[in-house]
Amino acid sequence: MPSNAAHSPIVLREADALRPPRGHALLRGIGPLLIGVAIAAVMQWGVGPFVGTYVARILLDVGIAIILAVSLNIVNGLAGQFSLGHAGFSALGGYAAGSITYYGSLILWNSSVKHGGPFGAGEWLFVAACLTGGLVAAGAGFIVGLPALRLRGDYLAIATLGFGEIVRVMLQQTGDVIYSARALEQATVNDFFPPPLGGSLGFSGIPTYTSLFWVYLFCAVTIVVAQRLKFSAAGRAMVSIREDEIAAQAMGVNITKWKVRAFVISAFFAGVAGALFAHESGVIISPGDAGFQRSIEIVIMVVLGGKGSITGVLLAAAILSTLPEFLRDFAQYRMIIYALLLIGMMLLRPQGLFGNHEIWDYFKRRRKSSS
Amino acid sequence: MAEFLQTVETSLAVGALYALIALGYTMVYGILKFINFAHSDIVVLGAWISLRIATEVLPKLGIDPRAAPWWAGGAVLLASMAACSIIGFVIERTCYKPLRRAPRLNVLITAIGVSLLLQNLGQLDLFFGTQPARMPSLLPNTPLVQWEFGTEGASRRLVIGLVDVVIFLTAGTLMVLLELLVYRSKLGAAMRAVSFNTETASLMGINVDRIVSLTFMIGSALAAAAGFLYAMKYPGLNQPAHTIWVLLGLKAFVAAVIGGIGNVRGAVIGGFVIAAVEQFGAFYISSNYRDFYVFVLLILMLLVRPTGLLGSTVKVKV
Repeated sequence: MPSNAAHSPIVLREADALRPPRGHALLRGIGPLLIGVAIAAVMQWGVGPFVGTYVARILLDVGIAIILAVSLNIVNGLAGQFSLGHAGFSALGGYAAGSITYYGSLILWNSSVKHGGPFGAGEWLFVAACLTGGLVAAGAGFIVGLPALRLRGDYLAIATLGFGEIVRVMLQQTGDVIYSARALEQATVNDFFPPPLGGSLGFSGIPTYTSLFWVYLFCAVTIVVAQRLKFSAAGRAMVSIREDEIAAQAMGVNITKWKVRAFVISAFFAGVAGALFAHESGVIISPGDAGFQRSIEIVIMVVLGGKGSITGVLLAAAILSTLPEFLRDFAQYRMIIYALLLIGMMLLRPQGLFGNHEIWDYFKRRRKSSS
Repeated sequence: MAEFLQTVETSLAVGALYALIALGYTMVYGILKFINFAHSDIVVLGAWISLRIATEVLPKLGIDPRAAPWWAGGAVLLASMAACSIIGFVIERTCYKPLRRAPRLNVLITAIGVSLLLQNLGQLDLFFGTQPARMPSLLPNTPLVQWEFGTEGASRRLVIGLVDVVIFLTAGTLMVLLELLVYRSKLGAAMRAVSFNTETASLMGINVDRIVSLTFMIGSALAAAAGFLYAMKYPGLNQPAHTIWVLLGLKAFVAAVIGGIGNVRGAVIGGFVIAAVEQFGAFYISSNYRDFYVFVLLILMLLVRPTGLLGSTVKVKV
């Protein structure tokens, strides 16, 4: 290329032509989100009342599993960093949010049960708690991520595994929950060290706020963020790290910065999922939720769905969290079937259900080959 | 002083157990470069198989497990090691061998699958069931050494029990045998060659598949030995899927990482280091945070020296 400089203005103009119009880009983010709100509303008022509490409960779990898996997919599928501590972040978010609504309700309304109707004051406290839970988890993600992300591959997995276990042990050492508003008033400083989060028995008494609407709304937000991230410059930077760290660095990608960002974003949504789980009816969050086995369940969803495929992970999360319900009649053999499926899947279809593709890629390809 | 020595004594016994388990992790990692999450379940199998042999096979041979002759323990140990090495071989051939060229994450997930499978098969009534069981004490735990320090009673006494000594000696013997095998025999040279570079090793005429299978068998046998010795020290065996087993495996794995994963001698050192940190922390600070010390040590080690005490750094070539 002898006269490269002479060509550059034209190249720039071409690049401008390729860039989508600004309004369109905005629509791409907002549009799906509106669809998400609509889906959440349909779930809450169109599906929820008609399927009965049992199915509604499963739908809640599916939604939360989707948030966890899609958010882990950001760090695992997109940035290629193998984290085994996702449940740790989720549990941190759950405990943070649970303590806000529980003690907040005690202080504000003298009772820890659900306060107000749909979109009442209690519900907004819950939403704020969910976001705070996400922020707490994101903060933890930053603190853990900054040093740990210097490690590569297996060592990162080990470090995050250690983090999850540390969170579990720390939560086990928390004190008893303060049971009433009066006890809270009379509590001295000593009652807050260690923090009164229930210890190894779990944090009971958190009010029930989690509904299909909120779960699927956060689900939609997570999916939209993951999807927009995947096709943005930031997502490309993360993918380049996944494919080849040294080459990415040579191309000017700040590896540590993008790894930490992927980690923080992923931890935020894990925290939100934990918060939603903590406020589900009949759920008592306990230190075991932070443990390594919970993290592995989420990793399995990502791997089965196909690393980097959002729809694949979504589907895998939905299947894996409903599968135990279908196998309930064979309770003893349930986990055996689950394990065999996992091994069989790895042996026969190692790239996961969809590999790096989305569901619609398959329809597109079929259309192309038929025409 | 007595407490200090007693803690040292416990650390040595527990450390020997950790070291035996860590050896399996480190050998598999050295050769196949993946974390074998199913290894802790082999330990469980080893413990439960020894229990079944001791409670069901021994009486049929006319030996009362509560008053067994001295060699009965050794026989149970060897039987359990043999059984587990066969299981290890079958697992390697069916689950890991087809994945030799797959990405490492897939092998890791398969290992998790195998772990889930072993845990839940073990829970079936056909095998071990979901209830805890008590291992018959094949060895009387007679105190070999009792030293009194001062005159203030039991807390100032140092007791070295027979079981701890047997654990230490058995584990020590196995480790010396492994050391001889890995560093002093032709087979060991082949193992180290495969670990260093699989492809070159296979070009040099080493049958890689055989070496890998052998590694799994040795690792599983050591895990079974650890399981047996664990059952000797803590006779109340929990059901196969209990968290306590998972934690035992995780801590042994941490030991392997701290020693430098992939390094056989490192795993032994790591095992004793982990046990010492755990026991001293539990005794002098608070026993509630037992697991906490181990994992904090892990994170610190990863930050300061990610390759572990004896691990070597591999330069990445572009």
